[in-house]
Amino acid sequence: MAKRHFDIKAQPGFAFLAMFTFAALYLPIATLVAYAFNASDSVSIWGGFSLKWFVEAWNNSAVQDAAWRSLVVAFFAAAIATTAATMAAIATTRTEPYRGLSFKYAFINQPLMVPEIVTAVALLIVFSRIKVWTGYSGLGYLIIAHTAFCIPFAYLPIRARLESMDLTLERAAADLYATPWMAFRRVTLPLLRPGIIAGFMLAFVISLDDVVITEFVKSGGQDTLPTYMLGQIRRTVTPEVNAIATAFLALSVVLVTAFFFINRQKT
Amino acid sequence: MATAAETARQGETETIRRRWLLSAPALVIIFVAAVGPLFVMLAYSFMARGDYGDVKFGQFSLDGWFSVFFQRDIFDDTVTLADAHLSILWRSLRLSLITTVLTLILGFPTAYFIATRPRHTREIWVFLVTIPFWTNLLIRTFAMQQVIRNEGVINTLLRALGIIDQPLQIMYTDWAILFGMVYVYLPLMVLPLYASMEKLDFRLIEAGYDLYAGRLSVLWRIVIPLVKPGVIAGSILVFIPSLGAYVIPRVLGGGKNLMLGNLIEMQFGSGRNWPLGAAISITLMVLVMVALLFYVRNASKSGAQHG
Repeated sequence: MAKRHFDIKAQPGFAFLAMFTFAALYLPIATLVAYAFNASDSVSIWGGFSLKWFVEAWNNSAVQDAAWRSLVVAFFAAAIATTAATMAAIATTRTEPYRGLSFKYAFINQPLMVPEIVTAVALLIVFSRIKVWTGYSGLGYLIIAHTAFCIPFAYLPIRARLESMDLTLERAAADLYATPWMAFRRVTLPLLRPGIIAGFMLAFVISLDDVVITEFVKSGGQDTLPTYMLGQIRRTVTPEVNAIATAFLALSVVLVTAFFFINRQKT
Repeated sequence: MATAAETARQGETETIRRRWLLSAPALVIIFVAAVGPLFVMLAYSFMARGDYGDVKFGQFSLDGWFSVFFQRDIFDDTVTLADAHLSILWRSLRLSLITTVLTLILGFPTAYFIATRPRHTREIWVFLVTIPFWTNLLIRTFAMQQVIRNEGVINTLLRALGIIDQPLQIMYTDWAILFGMVYVYLPLMVLPLYASMEKLDFRLIEAGYDLYAGRLSVLWRIVIPLVKPGVIAGSILVFIPSLGAYVIPRVLGGGKNLMLGNLIEMQFGSGRNWPLGAAISITLMVLVMVALLFYVRNASKSGAQHG
């Protein structure tokens, strides 16, 4: 009789636990999405398929405002963060270590090291005073707060891209009498583009998802979509929140998928 | 006329200046909206509390720090340990540790499973872990709520099967927070574990079997030591956000089962004790720093071991 094949990579029970993990990761999300399509008013009883909660959410002016505000804040925060991160990445890669380099690394990554709630209350302290002093209470506070924690995320893919780039191309440009600016504009920047796009998208998603810092920094009537949902979840839960969450989820999945493909694409 | 050396030095100063100018916007923004406010908060923790929130500006006081750990009886001024705060601190540490262990128990086999798939399907599995990772934390917490609610999936299922008559009260207990944190932070464990398992040299495992090792001793004495950096990285990545969790205990713990994050919020809200809130925030930050230092020390140690 032939000896049974012995798989050296297998470990007993591991495949089962892995399948359990994947099921556990997706089951709650699937439940949430399913109830978004529920025709009944409650999130417990299934009343048949319906899109009415999406229509309801779409026509809810509070949701519209919050969604629009989320997009505006995310767009500006991601754009500023990506610009600042690109400049910082150029100054901190492809060089011999120099004085202040590790300081810059630590500083840029600082927002990742501190618990969000701590940054949130620190910002509350400072901004509440500035709001009193200046009388300004617009979206600027949210945008600058988001920009700060978006920078490390934008910086990551841009730096990775720069480090894998070929230095000789820029040298060739210089040999052909390109000024440093032209070499940057015509050679470095186009090569860097996938990194910059990836950085922007990452920053955009991170800003869009933020709950804690927004909750503490926002002035009255400045709900973003996540803080609006947080408020709703605490009150009575109707499938409308599920519908908003599902739409939000769809947007995130699209962005992440796009990010995945952009990041995979080689030069 | 400048000598060659002078020109070179001038060029160097120029480069240094250019590098600082280029980094300046990022550094300034982070200083204004992240690092700077932390210092202001440190200062606030040493000020007297204002009557309606905020602080009495410039008025030095250690009351904030004192009341993190102690309380003074309002009638006879006796000082006792602040049980409420310490029990919340203890709950945060305990729940974060259990979360780390549970995510490790689920995450390790998962990462191993992915790492042992054929190369072209691995990416798909990794992608499946990445999607929940990038999904809004609040949405995932909300999704967990729908599973563990009294009318949620678990209870409906158990009742349909006739195992229970009354719904299990999971919401608003420590269990709910635990479920939520394990669910939300699981991808943070799987991804670094996978990163180190991907590099695993399976010839070493084969050698182990050739030398008559059993499955368990291969796992225990070959696989785990080799992926230790991933285990440490994953544990830190789960432990730190768990310790600072705010949204999960707020939604699933329902205001009774507080963690440090909620205790901090309370001081800035209904508690109107900003110096205390600031002091607790700094305490939380110190705990996180300790965990990070532990990680850095271990990472450099195991890095040195593997050359």
